[in-house]
Amino acid sequence: MSTDTVAVLIEHRDGAVTPPSLEALTLARSLGTPIALWLGDAPAADAVARLGEYGASEVRVVGIGDDARLPAKAAAAIAAATEDAPVLVVISTFVTKEIATRLAVLNGAGVVVDAAGASRVDGRIETFQTVFAATWNVRTRIDAERAIVGVRPNTTQASPAENPGDATVTQVEVALPQTRERLVSVEPVEQGEGVPLAEAPVVVSGGRGTNGDYTLIEEFAAVLGGAVGASRDATDEGWISHEHMVGQTGTTVTPALYVACGISGAVHHRGGMQASGTIVAINMDPDAPIFEISDFGVVGSLFDVIPQAIETIKAHRGE
Amino acid sequence: MRILVTVKHVPDLQSNRSFTDGTVTRTAEDGSMNELDEHAVEAALQLVEEAGEGEVYALTLGGPDAVSAVRKALQLGAHHAIHVSDEAVAGSDVFGTAMVIGAAVRKVHAEAPLDMVITGMAALDGLTSMFPTALAAELDWSQLTLASAVSVADGEATIERHLPDAHETVTAPLPAVVSVTDEANKPRYPNFKLIMAARKAEVPVWTLADLGIDPALVGGGAARATVVDASERPPRENRRQVTDKGEGGRELAEFLIEKGLA
Repeated sequence: MSTDTVAVLIEHRDGAVTPPSLEALTLARSLGTPIALWLGDAPAADAVARLGEYGASEVRVVGIGDDARLPAKAAAAIAAATEDAPVLVVISTFVTKEIATRLAVLNGAGVVVDAAGASRVDGRIETFQTVFAATWNVRTRIDAERAIVGVRPNTTQASPAENPGDATVTQVEVALPQTRERLVSVEPVEQGEGVPLAEAPVVVSGGRGTNGDYTLIEEFAAVLGGAVGASRDATDEGWISHEHMVGQTGTTVTPALYVACGISGAVHHRGGMQASGTIVAINMDPDAPIFEISDFGVVGSLFDVIPQAIETIKAHRGE
Repeated sequence: MRILVTVKHVPDLQSNRSFTDGTVTRTAEDGSMNELDEHAVEAALQLVEEAGEGEVYALTLGGPDAVSAVRKALQLGAHHAIHVSDEAVAGSDVFGTAMVIGAAVRKVHAEAPLDMVITGMAALDGLTSMFPTALAAELDWSQLTLASAVSVADGEATIERHLPDAHETVTAPLPAVVSVTDEANKPRYPNFKLIMAARKAEVPVWTLADLGIDPALVGGGAARATVVDASERPPRENRRQVTDKGEGGRELAEFLIEKGLA
């Protein structure tokens, strides 16, 4: 086992490598020599080139399709394909957290998920993460011989490798175990235009204060190049689908910019966004708890504030 | 239908949560049952009610204060409570925790077979969502996690789960470990009669010795990862707040432009 091989589980959509995967590869380069692990049909040449550009010397392809959706199967495939890599980096999602847990049961690895970064200290992997709705910073040392790190999107700045090489592609055959669980149906969720919420660099969220009208929220998100989020109140009212919910039981987001519009900032919501880079809030109520954690707050109506903000930004851009 | 629900005593979300020596500070005064576990209790009660027969066990692992979590489950309608408590468990990671709770589940299962263990999809302190998977692996039972709906028929459980990219329906034979989200149901309110009964209920306490677990295999010493540093985050600096008197949007835009965010 090469002691510094770091496997990275690559996330891909429609054959393209996702931005968090490039962040994960960038992080992996600081921990050792990255190899990319690709579950699914073999990647196209441009995807392989992209992985090489971000430092992967090798792309290992395991040809499993929907089976990868069952954590026990995905974990078995990854274990077989990355036996020589003592460190595995995945992007923290509900699904990869389950895969990481299964994998750790198979290979004895220590696991930290939802990390905001990692480094190698005295040969061990140390991770950094925020907990308790981003009110505490914690550093964790993985003591086991093997380490699995689940890293959150937008926590590492992706940058191409200084000395990129051509990644070689290896097809790996693995025997998948029988599992008790069986997928009965998989119904894809319409992915609207733009980036998915979890990995968006900017999130504009609307809550009760929208009264169910998301037109301005969508427009502001489009101007800022971001995704649309929502509070629990708004999804409970049926104003917007559950996939948009930001919060401890919905999607946890850590964008560079989070804009909360008409959201009071209940503790469940804060838990899902408080680790964001810059937080902006617009709310009619000057005592709304969201203001306690925002870098810039506007006490006012989002229906007045957003159009003027959009107009000013467009004028600044000369549009 | 015999179902065991795992419930966790966690620091109250509204309290100032903190760390002591690398582990979460737990006190009786501000602790409560993990909110998501109310959905687990409710799911179990509904399945038993639908089946027309059965029992719900509420089980918690933790120090003396943790008993309040199973008492809450009793107030909601759970029939039996079990408190697993042993100082040697302190500092366990998710794998140690799954080993201890797994042994307790096996002990109940040996008395009369269980159909299911139901848990909340995450504990609102650590939020890793790893425990249900670790427990399923430990027990070598079916794993049906993040369920927004659960049903049972012909010895199989079927769940629906909403992931960001797809809605899945997954089925597996019983016994199964099921974790539920807050979409699964609306928890009932504690019942007054049950509140009074829960206060007086005798809750057996099981130790590692009762479960036949070597203390060296659990606790902080056996954990695969160790918190080496924990510090409270400083509050955000240079916070600015303006009141919109007709210029709020412009001021906001200027802030974003100045920060290079727009």
